[in-house]
Amino acid sequence: MSEAVHHQPGPGRQTVVVEDLHVDYRVFATGRRDKTKRKLLRRAPGVRRSRTVHALRGVSFSAQEGEAIGVVGHNGSGKSTLLRAVAGLTPPTKGAVYADGEPVLLGVNAALINDLSGERNVVLGGLALGMSPEEVSERYQSIVDFAGIGEFIELPMRTYSSGMAARLRFAIAASTTHQVLLIDEALAVGDADFRRRSERRIKELRGEAGTVFLVSHSMRSILDTCDRSLWIDHGTLRMDGPTEDVVKAYKASVG
Amino acid sequence: MTDLAAHDHLPRLGGRPRLSAYLGLLWRRRHFTIELARSRFRAENEQDRLGAAWIVIKPLINAAVYGLVFGLLLPSSSRPENFVPFLVAGIFVFQFFAASLSDGAKSITGNLGLVRSLHFPRAMLPVATVLQRAYGLVPMMAVLALLAVATGEGIRLHWLMVVPALLLATVFNTGVAFVAARLTIHVRDVAQLIPFVTRLLFYASGIFYSIDRVVSDPLVAGVLQANPVHVYISLVRGAFLVDLPAPPEAWWFGVGWAGLLFVGGFFFFWPAEERYGRE
Repeated sequence: MSEAVHHQPGPGRQTVVVEDLHVDYRVFATGRRDKTKRKLLRRAPGVRRSRTVHALRGVSFSAQEGEAIGVVGHNGSGKSTLLRAVAGLTPPTKGAVYADGEPVLLGVNAALINDLSGERNVVLGGLALGMSPEEVSERYQSIVDFAGIGEFIELPMRTYSSGMAARLRFAIAASTTHQVLLIDEALAVGDADFRRRSERRIKELRGEAGTVFLVSHSMRSILDTCDRSLWIDHGTLRMDGPTEDVVKAYKASVG
Repeated sequence: MTDLAAHDHLPRLGGRPRLSAYLGLLWRRRHFTIELARSRFRAENEQDRLGAAWIVIKPLINAAVYGLVFGLLLPSSSRPENFVPFLVAGIFVFQFFAASLSDGAKSITGNLGLVRSLHFPRAMLPVATVLQRAYGLVPMMAVLALLAVATGEGIRLHWLMVVPALLLATVFNTGVAFVAARLTIHVRDVAQLIPFVTRLLFYASGIFYSIDRVVSDPLVAGVLQANPVHVYISLVRGAFLVDLPAPPEAWWFGVGWAGLLFVGGFFFFWPAEERYGRE
């Protein structure tokens, strides 16, 4: 971590503290055989070995109320794992995550069902995010309005264009109010107008929520929404500082 | 290093909640469980032209095939008087069990997207899977009632006994789904063996023959009759067929099996809660 430039914590209250976070995954090795003959002999035929992948190796940082933090890094660098660990979805192998309330990962894609109407998916998605049935019906209209898909809401989601589906997913996800919000690539979708609206919504959420984390490959949306950024590289925190500096350094390394 | 000094007030994430907290979470998320089961139940049949009708058509075709084959193969002494509702009740209840087992096994591995992106007690998933199958029982029982009347059974208040019978079967199947879900996490290959377990139980549960009439050895007959799949089938038959009332001990077995599998299954499933997020 020679390049690390650590962000000085402001006077705000801490909402998330990540301490020496390690996450390992166990995966089954693919059918590819080992090159060396000896290994091949040692291995029982037909039985697949599991292999450990170190997705994160010792990441530490803390976040305050009112911060919007961008997370950058190439594919497979561990960004999404970091988000899932901060959301409490992936347990750390070593180290710990401390957080205020229940950080929530803004993504409902997995809960939605393409064969059902947008209407039913709004209800399902809202319940999936932990809302009560009353809260869902309270926010229903504002979700539909935000998504801006008109009477398509009555049709099955599989009939939507990819932009419409993405807008509805974002609208459902962004309707929650939590202390800590984690957003994975949500802004990469939709037209310019919708992008502007979602950036505005993220700013609002940041006001209500305390802390927002945003993972995106679009440097523009990170520059527009985040004042601080983390650069994750091969499972370690390569840099932590003001977004302009981090993005500049990251771009320089990508070339 | 980052300033980490002042985090004493923040709770640490992860870790399995205590049992009471976990059960509380399950209860609080009940609306999501029910909605998930209902939505999937709907989506399952939305694309076909006949839609939800397939839920009953498929097992009826199944019953017709087995009825035809075994009707020709087995002597008529192996069958009770009113064979059609007898067979159909057996197939319906059996399919509920078989689907709970095979879908239950996939309830975590098939929903990793949900597990990876949302917070909820993981026990919700096996429960929602069984619930999704339980919705299918409503049209099935309507068809069974029609068949019973069409084959000369009278409409009786006793039909209502089908409700506790199926409730017990649902509780039992949920326990089965808990066990299958966790086993599959440890050894994925378990899913490959499930069809054989299912097949064995199909032949052992007196679905197309009557155990009393076919098995002469009292010990073997007793074992086959005590097997949970047969117990729930006989409870449902007992509700609809005058000549085949469910013996009182079948109710005791039904309660016992349901309690054993549900509680045992839950305590088998729950300790691996954190593991489900790491897959």
